[in-house]
Formats: sequence, C-alpha cells, structure tokens
Amino acid sequence: MSRRRIIPGFGLSLGFTLAYLSAIILIPLAALFIKAGQLGWSSWVKLLTTPQVLAAAKLSFGASLAAAFFSAIIGLLVAWVLVRYRFPGRRLFDAMVDLPFALPTAVAGITLTQIYSTHGWIGQYIARSAAWLNERFHPGGWLGDLLAEWTKKGACYSPLGVFIALFFIGLPFVVRTLQPVMEELPKELEEASATLGANRWTVFRRVIFPTILPALITGFTLAFARAVGEYGSVIFISGNLPLKTEILPLLIVNQLEMFKYEAAAVIAASMLIVSFILLLLINLLQRRLNWRAR
Amino acid sequence: MKFPLHATTSALLLTALLSSCKPSGSPGSSKAATELLNVSYDPTRELYGEFNAEFAKHWKKQTGQEITIQQSHGGSGKQARSVIDGLEADVVTLALAGDIDILHKEGNLLPADWQAKLPENSSPYTSTIVFVVRKGNPKGIKDWPDLVKDGVEVITPNPKTSGGARWNYLAAWAWATHEYGGDQTKVKAYIANLFKHVPVLDSGARGSTTTFAQRKIGDVFLSWENEAHFIEKEIPGETEIVYPSLSILAEPPVAVVEKNTERHGTTQLATEYLKFLYTPEGQEIAGKNFYRPRNPQVLAAFSNLFPELKLVNIRDEFGGWEKAQKDHFADGATFDQIYAK
Repeated sequence: MSRRRIIPGFGLSLGFTLAYLSAIILIPLAALFIKAGQLGWSSWVKLLTTPQVLAAAKLSFGASLAAAFFSAIIGLLVAWVLVRYRFPGRRLFDAMVDLPFALPTAVAGITLTQIYSTHGWIGQYIARSAAWLNERFHPGGWLGDLLAEWTKKGACYSPLGVFIALFFIGLPFVVRTLQPVMEELPKELEEASATLGANRWTVFRRVIFPTILPALITGFTLAFARAVGEYGSVIFISGNLPLKTEILPLLIVNQLEMFKYEAAAVIAASMLIVSFILLLLINLLQRRLNWRAR
Repeated sequence: MKFPLHATTSALLLTALLSSCKPSGSPGSSKAATELLNVSYDPTRELYGEFNAEFAKHWKKQTGQEITIQQSHGGSGKQARSVIDGLEADVVTLALAGDIDILHKEGNLLPADWQAKLPENSSPYTSTIVFVVRKGNPKGIKDWPDLVKDGVEVITPNPKTSGGARWNYLAAWAWATHEYGGDQTKVKAYIANLFKHVPVLDSGARGSTTTFAQRKIGDVFLSWENEAHFIEKEIPGETEIVYPSLSILAEPPVAVVEKNTERHGTTQLATEYLKFLYTPEGQEIAGKNFYRPRNPQVLAAFSNLFPELKLVNIRDEFGGWEKAQKDHFADGATFDQIYAK
C-alpha cells in the first residue's frame, strides 16, 4: 500500500513516535528483562516463591485493586458533583482534585501518616472507635485482631494505611477521566428517557451509567496501575513490617540496597508481567462492554 | 503495510541524537582541577558544610588556590550506587565500609586495599549506637534487656533498606552474644523478641527520627550517637540519651575515588582533603557535629558529649562487613529468619 496519505507528516510523526517510545520505554524495559534474564529460571522461581515476596505481592496487588475500586466509586461521586451541580467554591474543589498529582509522594506519605497515626487528627478517632467497638462487642477472631491493631496504631502501619495512601493517589485518575465524558452527556438522552416514563434511578442505571462505564473502567485501570508502582507515599505509612506490610516496590529497593541488581530486576519484571496481564484483561472487558453498548 | 524509509531514518537519527548526550563518566569530562565533589550520606550534611569551608580556607592559605567543594547527600547505599553509575565523586564519605567495597567490586573505581590508605581504617571519626528515650525516661530504660520488657516499643529503621540501621542490629546482636556467652539460640531469641517490640520499620534513619520525635511513637529509639545529639539540639527538652552497657563502634569510612580523581587531576587535592579530617582542626569539627574524634586530646575536650562505654568493633565481633552482611542481612539470613517464623 504505497498510496499517498491524505494527512501529511506520517513518516516524520511515526519516526518520532518510534524513537521516543524506544528511548523512553522500550530500551529501559528491554534492559530490565535482560538483567532479569541473567538469573536462571530456577532462581526466578526460588526468588518469587519466598514467603516475603508472596506476602508483598498479595498486599501490593490486593491493596491496589481495593484502592482502585474505591477510587472508582468515590471518584464517580466527586465527578458527578463537580459536573452536575453549581455551587460556590466548585472551581476550588475542582482544582484540589489535581493536588495528589502535583504533591511529591513522600510529602503525601508523611502527611497522611501524621494525620492517621494514633496521635493524628483522624487517627486518634479511629483508634478510639476501634477500642470502643472491641470493648462493646468483643468480636474476637480476625475482626478482634484487626480492631486491636487499629486501637494500637490508628490507621497507620497496617494494610489499611497502605490502602489509604493508594486511594489518595488514585482518586484524581478516576475523576479526571470521568469528567469530560459526563460533561458531554447529551441532556436530550435523559429528557427522552424521562418522557418515556423512566424514573430517575432507571435513567441513571440504564442510560447514564452504561455511557460512562468505559471511562470509569479507564479511570479504574489508571488508578490501579499507578497504585501498583507507588513507592514514595506508601513506605511512610505502611511501617514496612516483613510479611505484614511490605509492598513489592520496597522489596525491589531491598535487593538494590544489597547491590543485587538481577534479583531486583526479577521482581520488577514479574510485577510488570502480572500488571500487564491484569490490564489486558481489563481492556478486553472494556472492549466487550463497548461492543455491547453499541 | 510498508514502512516508509524516512520514518526509519528519522528514528535512527533521533536515537543517535539522544544517545550522544550520554551522562558524564565518559573520558574527557571537563571538571576543573579545583573542584571537589564529596559524595556522603545523610547525617553528615552539617559536618561537611562546616568542614568544607574550613578546608577551603586552609588550602587557600597553603597554595593560594581557590577551590569549590560540592556535597551530595543521601542514603549511604544509594549514594554508592550513584557513584558506580557515573556520579563523578572525587571522595566518598559513607556510613559503612561495605558501601565503599562495592565501588571496588562493581566499578573498580578504587583499589581493593582502600581502607589501608588512611589511618584508623580510613575512619577519621566514629560513632556508636545509643538509646534515645522520652524526657525523664518514663519506662526506666537502662540497658538492652529493658527493650524487650512488656509494653516497651522500640523504633529502628529497616536494616535491609537502611545502612545505618544495620549497626543498630549488630549492636543488639553483640550485646546478646556477650550476655549469653555466645549461645546462638539465645541470641536469636533475644533479637527476635526485640523486633516483636518494633511497631514500624521506616526505610531510613531520618524517617525513624520523625516517627519517634515528631509522631511520638515508641519508647526507645535506637540511634547513632550523632543523630541522638542532633535530635536533642533540634527538639530540645523532649528526649534524653541513655548509654547501654555495651555497644558497637561505628566507623564511617572515607576514601579517594582514584579512578575519578586521576581523570579530574584532583588526586592530590582529594587526598589532602581527607587527611585534613585527621588534623586537630578537622577533629574539632567532627566533635562539634557530634561524631567522636579519633584524636585522644580532642576527644577529651568533648568528654561531656561522649561518655566512655564498652565498644566492640565489627572486625573482631563479626569478622568484618562482608561477613556480617552475609550472615545477617542477605536474603534468608538472620534478619529474615526473625520474621519467617
């Protein structure tokens, strides 16, 4: 197909794209996999099946999924309020949504820890409520252990702390992907549904929600991807206790700190592979939804 | 689809362009011979701030030459990695010998016997591990056994990510070894018990300082002596220092990164710079910044800051850094075993 294209500059733009992607993404990624490949398959298995790595993987992916899920729900609400209502200070709130993007993550981590620890503004109430609940209901079992932990530490230095940090950094992704889609929603669609006898809930469920669902999933995906790789804010609030609150990026730093570049690369490469598979699955799901919506 | 030719050419061109701006480290770098870069670790910022000004004055008087000394600070291990990856350090002043050994092993940037080049194992000043407790010592902490009493919480960074924290761990280990006559099971039991009292393992020493001093978490903070004094200075009236019956002699080493200085033509300047640390002036600055001077007279002048206590060193007690690293902090070594159970 050597037919001339209508839009000029294909060669130059593709060339630039390729060069850019190679220099910034492909070559570093290839270097990572080459480094990781220097260790044999058996070392990969041995390294990745240590209890420490497995526990960290469970926390990293689990907390990221949970945080992305909550970001999706709360983000939908925030976007809804910002798009649908006019109220004083709306622009200010709108700008504040972006703060987690701009704030250095270490600052976010330190601030969140300050607020959610047992002496912090919010943490002390979490600790007190947990103590009260434990005394009042004596739930025992894992719930009792959890409440005892919160009593002692507030929301910090536990998986809950990791979740809070990841939720904080994930929220703007959902809000910012939803906002433009919701602003473009044609009013006529809702009016038409209303004239056809749909009540408000039905309008939301059958008309609005299916339209914004793909954007919501995109926001969820972005929040999830960001959360998996997050390091700066989490290490301050997680407490980094082995087998309990270590995240995978911390284990990578552990290996680097011992000058074991290959082992670090193996963990990083495995994280990438798992994330890639998860993102691919989410993309496929989104495709199917898009196709069905049509 | 056929790939247009100029796409490929322009891609190649751009890649070539990008790769031509390679980071420093290539021969012929244009650093002046009167510039010195000291790559150090975090809590020496104030020490070298003062020392550099003093040395520049001294050098001016001796040679009439104006020099500029630049400092870089960060976690000790991270700094070592930066130097391997091409940070043009003339001298390194790090927290542990292991981080300078790696410069020889990974980058061959200095000879294997670097530690014999300067007096006192190339450590012009020392420190030790002490306990920082809340004002009035409400939990009555006096020595290592008090750390594992019921209701006592201990703050220490993660020895895996913090080079400084490895000294904390080894100090505890050394005390237990002496206490239990070398009975490994009992030593391990003590260490495991100790870490049960640690509610949070920050990734670095300054993080732990914040946790203890600002966030008011924990009863005892295991800290380098210089950092302990620094906390007292910065947040007066909140903490006090408790000296245990036995601790470890921390020897933060210094070295000339010969491969870099030869290229910069700064070998002599860098060597003189480090030697100046051993002079009474240099030792005085170390003492003022809460590092124990090696010079006995200068140390005596600071005796109110540095009380005497029984100190063991890493060579006799643990067989040197490399062995200590392998026995305690490598994957699956004693630190990992604490949590594996």
